[in-house]
Amino acid sequence: MAATRMTLVAALNEALRSVLASDPKTLVMGEDVGRLGGVFRVTDGLQKDFGEGRVMDTPLAESGIVGTAIGLALRGYRPIVEIQFDGFVFPGYDQIVTQLAKMHARSRGRVRLPVVIRIPYGGGIGAVEHHSESPEALFAHVAGVRVMSPATPSDAYWMLREAVRCDDPVIFFEPKRRYYDKGEVDVDPAAGERQPPAHTARVVRPGRDLTLAAYGPMVRTCLDAAEVAAEEGHDLEVVDLRSISPVDFATVERSVRRTGRLVVAHEAPVFFGAGAEIAAHVAEHCFYHLSAPVLRVGAYHTPYPPSRLEEEYLPGIDRVLDAVDQALAH
Amino acid sequence: MSGDGIRLLTPEGERVPHPDYPFDPAPEELRALYRDMALARRVDAEGVTLQRQGELGLWPSLLGQEAAQVGSVRALREGDRVFPSYREHAVALGRGVDPLALMRLFRGVDHGAWDPDAHDFHLYTLVIGSQTLHATGYACGMAKDGADAAVIAYFGDGATSQGDVSEAFNFAAVWDAPIVFFCQNNQWAISEPNERQTRVPLHQRAQGFGFPGVRVDGNDVLAVQAVTRAALDHARSGRGPFLIEAFTYRMGAHTTSDDPSRYRDAAEVESWRAKDPLLRLERLLRREGAADDAFFAEVAVAGEALAARVREGVRAMASPAPEEMFDHVYAEAHAGVDRERAAFAAYQASFAEEG
Repeated sequence: MAATRMTLVAALNEALRSVLASDPKTLVMGEDVGRLGGVFRVTDGLQKDFGEGRVMDTPLAESGIVGTAIGLALRGYRPIVEIQFDGFVFPGYDQIVTQLAKMHARSRGRVRLPVVIRIPYGGGIGAVEHHSESPEALFAHVAGVRVMSPATPSDAYWMLREAVRCDDPVIFFEPKRRYYDKGEVDVDPAAGERQPPAHTARVVRPGRDLTLAAYGPMVRTCLDAAEVAAEEGHDLEVVDLRSISPVDFATVERSVRRTGRLVVAHEAPVFFGAGAEIAAHVAEHCFYHLSAPVLRVGAYHTPYPPSRLEEEYLPGIDRVLDAVDQALAH
Repeated sequence: MSGDGIRLLTPEGERVPHPDYPFDPAPEELRALYRDMALARRVDAEGVTLQRQGELGLWPSLLGQEAAQVGSVRALREGDRVFPSYREHAVALGRGVDPLALMRLFRGVDHGAWDPDAHDFHLYTLVIGSQTLHATGYACGMAKDGADAAVIAYFGDGATSQGDVSEAFNFAAVWDAPIVFFCQNNQWAISEPNERQTRVPLHQRAQGFGFPGVRVDGNDVLAVQAVTRAALDHARSGRGPFLIEAFTYRMGAHTTSDDPSRYRDAAEVESWRAKDPLLRLERLLRREGAADDAFFAEVAVAGEALAARVREGVRAMASPAPEEMFDHVYAEAHAGVDRERAAFAAYQASFAEEG
């Protein structure tokens, strides 16, 4: 089957449609996911085709949504939860951290909670407060949940399918400002066989001079930055981490051992962000391969500012290139 | 409704019929109720003793709440599912959970890892009220499956202040979930009395969510069983959730780490001692000739034997192997856990090499 060009939103919708069709235990639940199809239309048409029993509009309470999803999973269902926006997840954070993440371990493996929590995240869309945040580090720090974030429509399709299949809870961060980016998606099962596992990173642009590691919305930014750098004669490698827990350090290490330089970029604040963990790991394991300190590019350690300031707050191509220049200057 | 709620058995052991909750168990059923309560009380006392002896890190005593727990668990059918908080030892025993499995949690050798499916009894939940949402989701799943079954979720008076409990009430009501919310109002959330938690009697909360709620005398095992049975029937028949407030009293400390003399009067405790759930059933059994001294002696002997088994079992409980902490963090392979497990093994091995 030939690949189809579609938006990231459409790819997510196709993935949900395919798992709802193939596994009667899967459920989609959240605020406005039914008749409306979700505020970003990720679940568009699913309730019409699969019914209110499979695509459930829930009361407006995130702890209740996550907590009841846990109960449904205990009963043998595979709930796919939508949290409407990144900044709204925190009423459900207790259920995620205290219950969802720990129950498998507490039960010595007897209980499995295959719950996926989809969260549109990140800024750059001019939104009001609480609608542009990148809280992934707050979840990656918690043992027992997996954290991943696709950067492309194809990964959105295949990684979401894998998240649903996985017997562990998965926090699935969707780069909302890339929702309407288009890309080729081959939904043929044979194409699925060729996909790398969701917990692995992928070199999406090979290069020799420096490694740019990113995930989610910043992958596109880093690829654009690499294009600009190429015009200036610098050959940058871009690694799409895809998974934040676990991190595929092996792929990052392999890249850094070749390039000798690493810049990690994410929209989340630099302070205690995913980049800190990656920088520390690379310093520990690739010290003698490094020609420059590992640099991090991200947001500032402030509350997300009013949207008129977000271009200054978020790391864009220029901030990435500034870090690249610093690293190359060593 | 009296202040103590629906009652079928007075503290003096006299039956009082109730038009809505007819219940006339046979003598052997009455004896079984007594036996369950007495054995639970004995296991509970052993838990306190073992903590005092340093064998357990903590024990939350159920003393005084035997009727609320035994009466409700006896109302369940096979296939009904229990979501307990952390003091439901008598409910656990009623679902066939070995008391040693409870002790493992409080000794710190595991987190209470009995098989929830084998007993239809979920793991203890220590974060207050969280399990009511799990119970509601589970009940929703039961309804989807078309199961002729219901869920019962246990929680306390303090838990009713938690947002999760209100969310559970609301989700369950909107979904018509087959669930009985069973609140053991034991009057005290550690040091905070009911007045610090609520301005209305707790069973009245249900009205605002659109389902029935009743108060039952939680020290009356007959009333608890009758009301819980009716509530479960209500839930199973597709009429949605039901709230039971079992009005009872925590005779002991919150846990072995607590000192209730700092916040409550001995006179209050004494007034509740007169309503003891075992004593009133004993009075009924003797009054009606359903049990004699030999029966009570036999139950006491059985209690001592159970306590001895618990005591020996706890003392023999080995600590887990250190590397087990890396097991079951995830159901599927996770590179981060694997890396740390290997690092830990290498660290441990470094001592072995040094001899």
